[in-house]
Formats: sequence, structure tokens, C-alpha cells
Amino acid sequence: MSYLIRGARIVGGDPVDLLLRDGTVAEVGTGLSAAGATVVDADGLVVLPGLVDLHTHLREPGREDAETIATGSRAAALGGFTAVCAMANTDPVADTAALVEQVWRIGRDVGLVDVQPIGAVSVGLAGERLAALGDMADSAAAVRIFSDDGICVHDPLLMRRALEYVRAFDGVIAQHAEEPRLTQGAQMHEGDVSARLGLGGWPAVAEESIIARDVRLAEHVDSRLHVCHVSTAGSVEILRAAKARPWASSGPGPARITAEVTPHHLLLTHELAATYDPLYKVNPPLRADTDVAALRQALVDGTIDIVATDHAPHVAHDKECEWAHARPGMLGLETALSVTLSALRDAGLDDRRLWDVIAARMSRAPARIARLDGHGRDPAVGVSANLTLVDPAATRVIAADGGASRSRNNPYAGLSLPGRIVATFLRGEPTVIDGKACR
Amino acid sequence: MIENLLSAADLDAATAAAILDRAAGFAAGAGPDQPLRGVTVANLFYEDSTRTRFSFDTAARRVGAGVVNFAAKGSSVAKGESLKDTAWTLRAMGVGAVVIRHGAAGAAHRLAGWIDEPVVNAGDGAHEHPTQALLDAYTIRQRLGRIAGLRVAIVGDVRHSRVARSNAILLGALGAKVTVVGPPTLVPRDGAVLAPGVEVSFDLDAVLPEADVVMMLRVQHERMGQAFFPSVREYSRRWGLDVRRAALLAEHAIVMHPGPMNRGVEIAGEVADSARSTIVDQVANGVLVRMAVLSLLKGLANR
Repeated sequence: MSYLIRGARIVGGDPVDLLLRDGTVAEVGTGLSAAGATVVDADGLVVLPGLVDLHTHLREPGREDAETIATGSRAAALGGFTAVCAMANTDPVADTAALVEQVWRIGRDVGLVDVQPIGAVSVGLAGERLAALGDMADSAAAVRIFSDDGICVHDPLLMRRALEYVRAFDGVIAQHAEEPRLTQGAQMHEGDVSARLGLGGWPAVAEESIIARDVRLAEHVDSRLHVCHVSTAGSVEILRAAKARPWASSGPGPARITAEVTPHHLLLTHELAATYDPLYKVNPPLRADTDVAALRQALVDGTIDIVATDHAPHVAHDKECEWAHARPGMLGLETALSVTLSALRDAGLDDRRLWDVIAARMSRAPARIARLDGHGRDPAVGVSANLTLVDPAATRVIAADGGASRSRNNPYAGLSLPGRIVATFLRGEPTVIDGKACR
Repeated sequence: MIENLLSAADLDAATAAAILDRAAGFAAGAGPDQPLRGVTVANLFYEDSTRTRFSFDTAARRVGAGVVNFAAKGSSVAKGESLKDTAWTLRAMGVGAVVIRHGAAGAAHRLAGWIDEPVVNAGDGAHEHPTQALLDAYTIRQRLGRIAGLRVAIVGDVRHSRVARSNAILLGALGAKVTVVGPPTLVPRDGAVLAPGVEVSFDLDAVLPEADVVMMLRVQHERMGQAFFPSVREYSRRWGLDVRRAALLAEHAIVMHPGPMNRGVEIAGEVADSARSTIVDQVANGVLVRMAVLSLLKGLANR
């Protein structure tokens, strides 16, 4: 099939037509016509390189009652994603070549987004022995990102060895920065709200101390470090200083130190814990409004490279309980773009710059960090046709259900948010049309 | 009338005063006779607490209610039933109100969101214990005749104390001036996070001469060995109310403790047994105040 997208604004530029044929962008121009092509009216729509999520929990294998690769892929496509990186904390843990290949193959069979498995750093996420890093890198899944996400690689020697070892195959360690001793019994951000609510505090310094250590470890062994879900103003300062050091931008290739922020840390604060509704329980926790402001600024100025969802589906009974007993995490795939647009609304960016920041932080940079060659490239002739059509003028009220996800832990229900995903194309074929999943 | 009693912050000064007055009425034999006859109150206790459960149990029976005691051990709760399922089970049994003690902060809030019947928080984790604050307020008023304008020192592990949190809120709302005292590891950096105007001190000797009320908190055994303080002996020397320190108090000042006490740790036996100690009164007053709370729950009383 070929598709003619009429009048779309590439990354917020002037309207043009795009002809998608044989999986690539075949032509770009005004007044294109192509016999036999299906026409997609994109008047007023912005076309972005397909979004790439570096941090998704698809829960398969192990918790298929919360999410499957199929349901998560559909949620991702509806959110405008063409690729997602599936976190390793499944059951069993993705710490072998066999397991990452299984996830990769199921993702390919579902075919709604490219599912790129992330491999565990340590066997069983236990933080003791290195997982089969090289085997996973050499597998059909070609793993490049390794993470014990959910648990911090807190042993400094193990972290050093992991950073050092993955240089052999251009890997990157994605660190969940959480000093475990400082977060024993932690339930929410440590601050005035936790003191009032009597919930155990998760202090900002527990994140910042690990990031401060890891940026120096990465420099010491000249490797790539990616910091997951940065949540504090102090972390931003440490990253800004680390990135300013000559090493960080020396040598070939992209930056050695990269960092992500989640949509929820760009919008929500710890005040929501006062409801005691574990819908708002997440790790790292929602922080103070000063942290939110610093994270937004860092996203605009590039100190934080990407937005990643940390989409974390949970079954109802893991949330409809006491706060302390609930599992941390919230849905994010279908709302990521709208939440990010909402967070950047007051940043003072003009339209072109806004869409450039969105394309950079939600597609180009995550694709580069994950080494996903077919993704993260602005629509142009000869480029793989992974792209997303957004209606920038639309406002939508987020439904209380979880959308296509199998779970319902959606913290944005009832909020009115800007932007709507109209269509998503994966290698020239639509996965979403008119805001509805094609499969 | 009280819809739910989840936090001391649910009580404005007028409602709190109405509860204390009702309790005083019960003490004088002037309260309504068995206002909750025909009503069943469920005591849902997820933590071992013989004292509080017995106090609520006694209070409910004295206002005429039937009581079902639902202790975590030996019930379906121990088999892993969720709080929500337990709540629905209690509803199906037709209970009129639920008293809940739970180790997780916010458990009473969650429960109140799931059922229409009134919920009374009998202690939720390190969050609140509002009926304890009410019985303490009642005891202060009984001994000193008023609460407004008094200086109250709350001493010890404020960080983990639901008693301290509820008292800081309630006594502050009733016009007392609250200072929390303890090691820096166990008190908030800014007292205002507990309630407006709460002050923080590390120096018990400096606070005692000005205090009208000293409330000593229990040192929990699980805090020991967590590096909150070097040793029990050192804690006791710096923040325990021994005989020497008690002599710093003004003549009229009273000494309170929510129990159970660690004699010789946070309070010396001689001080606990002295005339200024209200510890036994607090237990008796707990029943009266809980009778008052139950009888004032919305939609419950028959007379």
C-alpha cells in the first residue's frame, strides 16, 4: 500500500505532502499526486518522526493480567509511538538471550510498534553477578540498553564493571538511581507533605548521590550512562555540571551521558499523595513544584535529553489498597505527548521551536540512545516511514479508563490536555488512523 | 455530627469542644442513655493493640452498641484478604460504623472512600490517632481547666508518632502553643509541617520550665538499632523525664503519656507515679471520649 499525506507540517514547518511507499518516504513536496495511494487529509496536522519510548513496562512474560506485549503495543501506537524499549523486570527477568529474543519476536509478530528489549544488568536483578550482557547484545534482539530498572545497581563495583563491559558492543547502562539504604521504607517524596501524612520519605539525595557517583564512574571508564526518570532539581544540577565537562562531548558519537524525565514528573506533584490514593504512588516519587519547574527547564535546554514514559501497568487490586501496600507506577503511553505539550505550554517556545523540542526529546534522541537506526529521523525522502500525525489544536479530556492498556492506573483521568494523536505509521503502514488503532 | 474521624484536622474547635462536652456529660451521668442501641460497631484491628481495642470496645458497649471485633490474626485478613474486600464484608454484615487500627498511614482514608458508613481512625501507621488527641485534650481540660494559651511540650519520637501528629493539630486548633522536643533524627526540621505555629527544640531542659503540659512519647523498640540515637541510655539521659528534670517543671504542670510506658527510658517510674502524672486518668478518659465520638457519628444515634 502507498499513502499520500496531504498538507502536514513536518515538525511544525510549512504544510507539504508526503508520499509513503514501500515502507519509506518516497516523495515530499506540494501538490503531489499518486495514483492508487490512499489519501490522508492532514490539513492543520503536525507530522513528527514516530515517537520512541526508552522506558516501557510491558509486563510480558509474567504479569499478563496487567499488560501484554500486544495490549502495550496498541497503547503505544495510539500514543504516537513507533518503537518502545521493553524493561527487563519481567518474570522471569530478561537476563538471557532466550528471553530477550522471545520478547522481541512477540513484538514483531504483533507488529504495532518495534519492541526493543532492554536486558538486565545483573542476573535476576539481584545486583550480584552480571547478566549475559554480550549474549543479549549478539542475539536477534540486538540489545544495546541494559537496566535493572525498579532496582538500583547500587554496588559501585558492579556498576563500574557493567559500564566498562558494555563498551565492547556500544551498550549503555540505564540506571535507576536510588540509594537503597536512604530509601528504606520510602513511600513518597520526603518533604512537608510526607511529614504531614506520616508516610516514609524518599529523599531527593537518594537519587542525586547515585547520579553524582555514576557520572564519574562513566567518565572513569569512558562509557555510556543513561539516567532513568530524573525527578529532582538537584539531579538536574549534577547532570548539567557533568555534561559541561569536556569528556562528556569529546570523541565520536553522541553524548556519553544522557537522561530522561517522565511525563508525570513534568506535571504532577507530591501534594497528590494527600489523597492516599496509590494511583499517585510511583518510583521515583512525585516531587515538589520546584522540582517540576527545574525538570521542565532542563527538558527545554537539553540537560535532560528525552521524555520516557515509565509506563507501568498494574492490576486494580495492586492499587485499590493501602498506599504502603500498593505497587508503584502509572500508565503513560497514550498520554505522553499531551502531558509533555501541557508541561511545555508555558516555556515560552514559539511553535517551530516547540515541535523541534518535542521531536528531539521524544523521537530523535531516544532513537539515538537506543541505537534504533530506522527510528528518530524527521520525515524526508528515503527515510523509513515511521511517523506520527498530531492535531496540535485539539484538546482532549482524558478518560478514566486505561485506554488500550489492560490496566487502569491512569493518573490523568479527567484532566483536559492539549494535542491528539491522529495517525501513526510504522514503516509506511498505518497502525493508527483517525485516532483509532488499525488492529 | 461527625461524618468520619480520620484526622484531628477533621475537627474544628467547635466540634472538638462538643465532643469533649459530651464526654464530660457521660462522666457526669448526664449523657444520652444508650444512644447506639441496635447499632453494631466493627472494631477492625490490623495491629495488636489491647489497650485501644479494649477502650473502643468498652466505649461502644456503654453507648449501647453491639460490637464485632475483627482482629487481623486468626481472621481472613491473616489469609491475605484485601482491606477493600474486608470492608465490603463488614458492610454486608450490616455494621453501622467501623473503627480501624492499621499499620499503614492513610488506611482509614482508603476505607472511608469505599464504604458509606462512618469510619473512626484508631491509629493509622505514623499518621494520626485522633481519639488519643481528644482524650489528651479532655485530660488537660480536666486538670488545668482550659487548653487555650497553655504551653504543651511533646517529647520524643515525633517523626514516627501518630499521637504527636494528632495532638499537634488538635491542641493547636484549641489554642495551645505546641513545642516538639527530641533528637534531630526524630523531630521534623520545621514544626509547621505538623500544624501551624508548632516549634521545634532539641533541648528538653530549656523547654520544661515554661511548659504547662509535658507529653512523653514511647520509644519504640524497633527504633533502637536504626541509628536514630546512639543508645537507649543516651536517649534517656538527654530526652527522658527523670526526677531531676521533673523538678524543673512549674508546680501546676502535668505529665502525660499515651502508654504503654517504658519506665526508666522516656519516663522515670517516680515521675509516672507522681501526683502530676495523668497517665491513669488518660485511660479512663479514653473510654469517655470514644463514647462521645461514637454517639456523635452522623446518622448513628437513635436518641
